[in-house]
Amino acid sequence: MIGAAPILLLIIAWFAATGPLGLIAPLKFPSPAIALASLETIAGPGYASAPLAEHIETSLSLVLAGFAAATLTGIPLGLLLGTSRYANACINPIFQLLRPIAPIAWIPLTILWFGLGGGAKIFVVWLAAFAPAVINTQTAVRGVNRTVIEAAKVHGARRVNLFFDVTIPAALPGIFTGMRLSLQACWMVLVAAELVGAYTGLGHVMIIATEDLDSGMIFVAMLCVAMLGVAMSLLLARLEAWVLPWRR
Amino acid sequence: MAALNGPTPAVRAGTLLEAWVLPAFGIVTFLMLWAGCTAAGLAPARLLPGPGAAAAEFIDLTHTPYSGAVLQVHLLASLMKFSLGYGLAVLTGVPLGLMMGRYRIVEWAIAPLYESIRFIPPIAWVPFSILWLGTGFLAPTLVIFSGAFSPCVLNAYRGVHTADRAVLEAAQTLGAGRWATMTEVLLPAALPDIVAGLRVAAGFAWQSLIGAELIVGSTGLGYLIIQGESNLSSTVVVAGMITIGLTGAAIDFAMLRAERFVRRNWGQ
Repeated sequence: MIGAAPILLLIIAWFAATGPLGLIAPLKFPSPAIALASLETIAGPGYASAPLAEHIETSLSLVLAGFAAATLTGIPLGLLLGTSRYANACINPIFQLLRPIAPIAWIPLTILWFGLGGGAKIFVVWLAAFAPAVINTQTAVRGVNRTVIEAAKVHGARRVNLFFDVTIPAALPGIFTGMRLSLQACWMVLVAAELVGAYTGLGHVMIIATEDLDSGMIFVAMLCVAMLGVAMSLLLARLEAWVLPWRR
Repeated sequence: MAALNGPTPAVRAGTLLEAWVLPAFGIVTFLMLWAGCTAAGLAPARLLPGPGAAAAEFIDLTHTPYSGAVLQVHLLASLMKFSLGYGLAVLTGVPLGLMMGRYRIVEWAIAPLYESIRFIPPIAWVPFSILWLGTGFLAPTLVIFSGAFSPCVLNAYRGVHTADRAVLEAAQTLGAGRWATMTEVLLPAALPDIVAGLRVAAGFAWQSLIGAELIVGSTGLGYLIIQGESNLSSTVVVAGMITIGLTGAAIDFAMLRAERFVRRNWGQ
């Protein structure tokens, strides 16, 4: 798909610049050896009050909880706003009123509400993922081909059939687009919330490592966040391919 | 936004209800719920101030300094960081995207690197930005840059591919050089996509800025609300959030106008 050569070149440049050439100080960016040592430290004895597995478990479970909550609440609301013009006229303005406030800006308020534990994080992750889920579901429902709906009606589809057999399958690709965007927003906001204050989690590792000026540990935590993000996106893509076989 | 800014439909039954009555009902219900819950004590004032208290604090913040400055100065500090980071991202990202779209060799060299860092959330650059640039003005700028860079590159890259091959080849046949091809054929063709990308980038940049200011720095709206949280002052937090929302909406509105203007003049 994409060439591996530039990545190899980058890795070689990384080895050279941090090692023999000494162009980049270890304080600014870790050499591969330092990064590996950091990985061994955090994987074995642990760092920032827990081993790596526990930090990953904390972050991953918070993202999953917030994402699941946003999917389970956002998609039904999107379906309602997409199908009922009156509900849309009533609820959409509230939505537009609150939406410009970046989800990240809710972090201080949620700390006041729930403290530094998991509750505050699940709430902001939910908040960040909710808007893409609602908007994309609504747009997808609005975009369902009118001809198909009319045809189903002509053939005697009742409202229930119309909703479950026509509207939802036709809207599913758009709904999945929303879920993909939600997922990205989830990781962004979770890392921000953990950087601001947490007891465990990958963002917490990053901020402790910053205080210790430990560039290797920052690098390891960033790599974990990126890989978890990629893995969840891939899983979602697999799920989409499985749910929508006709789109392949 | 579409529901609010869309063209006014012709007068017909239900229009008034849908355009004014129900939206007003929704907003008024929301504000009354907010005011009611706080007034009745369902939400204690230390957790959520009522609309009145938040508005009073908002006005108070404009002339009484809080954590070092009045609200306008915090807003100005945020906007300056935003302009610097966003400006840098646009000035580097758009040309890079255009080059990736135009030249195979650039695409081959850059795309894998770009793909591998794309999955790092912009906020995750905060620790390295602190190590590299200190805790001052520049650290959030790097985070804003990383938030805005990706949509700039991606949309410029996509935009080049929407250019008409025939026009491109005609220009080359008529003797247009590399520079002229780029600035007079590809850039105008890609402009609608680029401007759409700039709008998305502005949203990411604003959000990244607030996130970065929560963690590092001593000025800005993000700093203001996190200080409000440390002092357990929910009114300051909510007044700050409202300022963040209004500014974000203003930026988005300006970008939307720019996008429409470009679509009218350069769109297909």
